[in-house]
Amino acid sequence: MSKLILSLEGQVIREIELNKERVTIGRKPHNDIQIENLAVSGEHATITTILNDSFLEDLDSTNGTLVNGSPVKKHVLQNGDVIEIGKFRLEYLNPQASQEAPDFERTMIMRSPMAGAPKAAPPDFSKTSIEKQPLVVEKPLQPPPQAPHAAPQAPAKEPAAAPEPTVRSAVIQVLSGANTGKELELTKSLTSLGKPGVQVAVIAKRPHGYFITHVQGASFPLVNGQALDNQPRALNEHDIIELAGIKMEFFYK
Amino acid sequence: MSLGQELGSALEIVKLTDPGMVRSHNEDSVGIDAEYGFVILADGMGGYNAGEVASGMTVAMLSDNLKAALRDGHRDMQALAHEEIQKTNGAIFQTAQSQPQYNGMGTTLVLALFRDNRITVAHIGDSRLYRLRGEQFEQVTRDHSLLQEQIDSGMITREDARHSHNKNLVTRALGVEATVEIEVHEYPAAPGDLFLLCSDGLNDMVTDEDIQLTLGLMGANLEMAAQQLIQMANDNGGRDNVSVILVRVTGDFAEKRGWFTRLLNWFGQ
Repeated sequence: MSKLILSLEGQVIREIELNKERVTIGRKPHNDIQIENLAVSGEHATITTILNDSFLEDLDSTNGTLVNGSPVKKHVLQNGDVIEIGKFRLEYLNPQASQEAPDFERTMIMRSPMAGAPKAAPPDFSKTSIEKQPLVVEKPLQPPPQAPHAAPQAPAKEPAAAPEPTVRSAVIQVLSGANTGKELELTKSLTSLGKPGVQVAVIAKRPHGYFITHVQGASFPLVNGQALDNQPRALNEHDIIELAGIKMEFFYK
Repeated sequence: MSLGQELGSALEIVKLTDPGMVRSHNEDSVGIDAEYGFVILADGMGGYNAGEVASGMTVAMLSDNLKAALRDGHRDMQALAHEEIQKTNGAIFQTAQSQPQYNGMGTTLVLALFRDNRITVAHIGDSRLYRLRGEQFEQVTRDHSLLQEQIDSGMITREDARHSHNKNLVTRALGVEATVEIEVHEYPAAPGDLFLLCSDGLNDMVTDEDIQLTLGLMGANLEMAAQQLIQMANDNGGRDNVSVILVRVTGDFAEKRGWFTRLLNWFGQ
């Protein structure tokens, strides 16, 4: 279950579990998280939890709400986000984001309550637009990730957004023809070279390097004088590519 | 029936499926038939190998039944899709009820039928159909998922959805109940169109921009484009099974009509 760690000036005050759909934060006593401080509005913000996601919403408070230093109105909380309300800090922790979860990307069906007892399902979904039935995640039949089953070799990958490619920046410099001297930065995951419809090769930017592949055209590009075949070829520093009569050089920035 | 000649030469189709980098089983199934003009993609779910069973059964059963129906001269593609998918749903559901290890199994589905310069698309769940027409790349199907419902209601943005922890929760699936609600639409299909069917193993790992870039640059070589898409998904983590089907419309495939019907059509009847 996700939780918040409330602290003030480095001192942890308490931990709060996000165990219900709507958790209110503010100065008045009726709030779930009551923060007695004049910089905090009577009703300052709410955190709405739908299954594994928690959304923070500022309720037009006087002094605003910050997440990781920036003011927000509505924000989908990510593991490790630090919410600031007045001088107080609330760190959001989502255990789902930090565990090894080979089943994380598994498609699961949302079933009606007949299917089985809900585990972490909040009781009331009237706020969302899903009118059909109360939604419950049916846990997959396997035991939790630690038990020996399906996915064996899963390396400890956080199920966050796609990892940033760690490959170095690279550039193609034209050595002949009308565009001699021009440089083309290989920033996108695919860069095409040559004339569309006539002679096309593509340079793919992959995590472990750059690869050139012939895509279209009667003749195959040359790399260092050697014609490519149908397979992608890794590019090395200072490789000379020749395509449609134009020579160019590949090098890392 | 002469439909084989027209369709087979008007459609270029390629399929590719991969378990990805993390999973040991591949629970996606894909099926294609250029002659009869249909493609099917299914992403199965359920414990142990039930997902494989659900998606495999779906592709096999639909392929057989669609071929038989088309040979028999069925003309209404939307009705055909509804009928055959509902039948398939029944079969999966029965199987799921009859064996404890298949209990609760299900699958997503995208089915595309090509006939008379049109594409009929039926889908259930969060596997998708995209279309590239010239420079325009669009997601044609709308996911039946919790995230999509949240986007539709304005609760979250598309950008938020990329960072959601609620990915892969579908609100509809084939085989999980006695009857299923199928979404079916028909669109014109023109020469030059490139259709992509894919499981969420692709669009969860690769951005729409990169998918469009790949199809735009490598669309002339469908096999290569398919390999590139799968490679990108795996390079970005490959956390799920990934499948793609690419269909390129290379020519006109209008239904042959008698001269009188053509005359009436010309007058707008």
